[in-house]
Amino acid sequence: MKEDNHGYWIDQMRRISENRDEDAFVALFQHFAPRMKSFLMRSGSDNALAEEIVQDVMTTVWRKAHLFNPTRASVSTWIYTIARNRRVDLIRRQKRPEPEDLPWGPEQEPDQTDLIGLQQESEQLGVALSALPEKQRILIEKAYFGDLSHGEIAAETGLPLGTIKSRIRLALDRLRHAMS
Amino acid sequence: MIKHHLTEDLLMAYSAGALSEAFSLAVATHISLCDECRAAAESYDAVGGAVMVSTDAAPVSDSCLSNTLAAIREADTETPAPRLTDTVLPSPLAEYVGGGVDKIKWKSAGMGVKQAILPTNDDAVARLLYIPAGAAVPDHGHGGLELTCVLQGAFRDEDMRFARGDIEVATEEVDHTPIADISEDCICLAVTDAPLKFKGWLPRLAQPFLGI
Repeated sequence: MKEDNHGYWIDQMRRISENRDEDAFVALFQHFAPRMKSFLMRSGSDNALAEEIVQDVMTTVWRKAHLFNPTRASVSTWIYTIARNRRVDLIRRQKRPEPEDLPWGPEQEPDQTDLIGLQQESEQLGVALSALPEKQRILIEKAYFGDLSHGEIAAETGLPLGTIKSRIRLALDRLRHAMS
Repeated sequence: MIKHHLTEDLLMAYSAGALSEAFSLAVATHISLCDECRAAAESYDAVGGAVMVSTDAAPVSDSCLSNTLAAIREADTETPAPRLTDTVLPSPLAEYVGGGVDKIKWKSAGMGVKQAILPTNDDAVARLLYIPAGAAVPDHGHGGLELTCVLQGAFRDEDMRFARGDIEVATEEVDHTPIADISEDCICLAVTDAPLKFKGWLPRLAQPFLGI
């Protein structure tokens, strides 16, 4: 399916940034917005707030499309980081300090090998995540869905803290193994 | 060469947006100086992206799309202003200070030690500490987690040395008395769960014992 192909979304981003192509933007919206909304609602936002954040994030995607660098992150990772920051900003009313930018040459053409490597890794990561045993996958999801610490995850799932930590570690080890 | 890194727990929590502002500042400061932890944080972001797209889609209202289309037709590209930089303070810190080291509003904490509390909107406290060469960090009480990232000079704690970029992850069980290297005044960022309570007498007591 073209939606699972990271290269397809990189092409849509290029059409947005170079041609200001609204059709490409609508395609991106239709794929990412419902997933982002669901992610935000599972993180505790209500329907109206989730849609407000989706609208903000997708508008930022349009405005900052020229800053997207396909050798640094996949489109889903890039959109995720924008959504995460907006969530911290709106729900917690806190800033999220970001690391200093690396000194990139702005004129640098993306290296094709890096680009393909990152696309393949992103695809592998998606497959590896869905292949995790359900209990491990749920814990990884919970860690990303909310302002849940390991302690709070324990309270919600009724699992002891040590088990949570070792399951998350196991899940991350499996993901790493699947990537290498 | 960075020797002391962030834990996996902290990197994942930062990537998930689960850390409070003050702790995020310590993580962002370390990542600014540590390529290894930057790469790790970016892989946790990739996990976050994969989790987001694997979530079952929720129907989005038609007005959400039409409002977004109206918004993008109003606003075109946006290029953020260049970030503040400084030779001692990485961008995330420079932004809180409003410039470089000369802009830090130090307040004396006694014994030549100075501190500046940074404005973060949470219960944890982020402070810059200035410790004269060879002095002990004033003993302080803290409840939970303490992250200390070195920006200039170095300090020793037990048999470990922390230099620029290194981060010490200490919990309440850790009984530590960091001492600044003799060679240079030390500046570090310290973030704690609860407000620190300096006890002025301890550095005075400790110094003769430590032969400073």
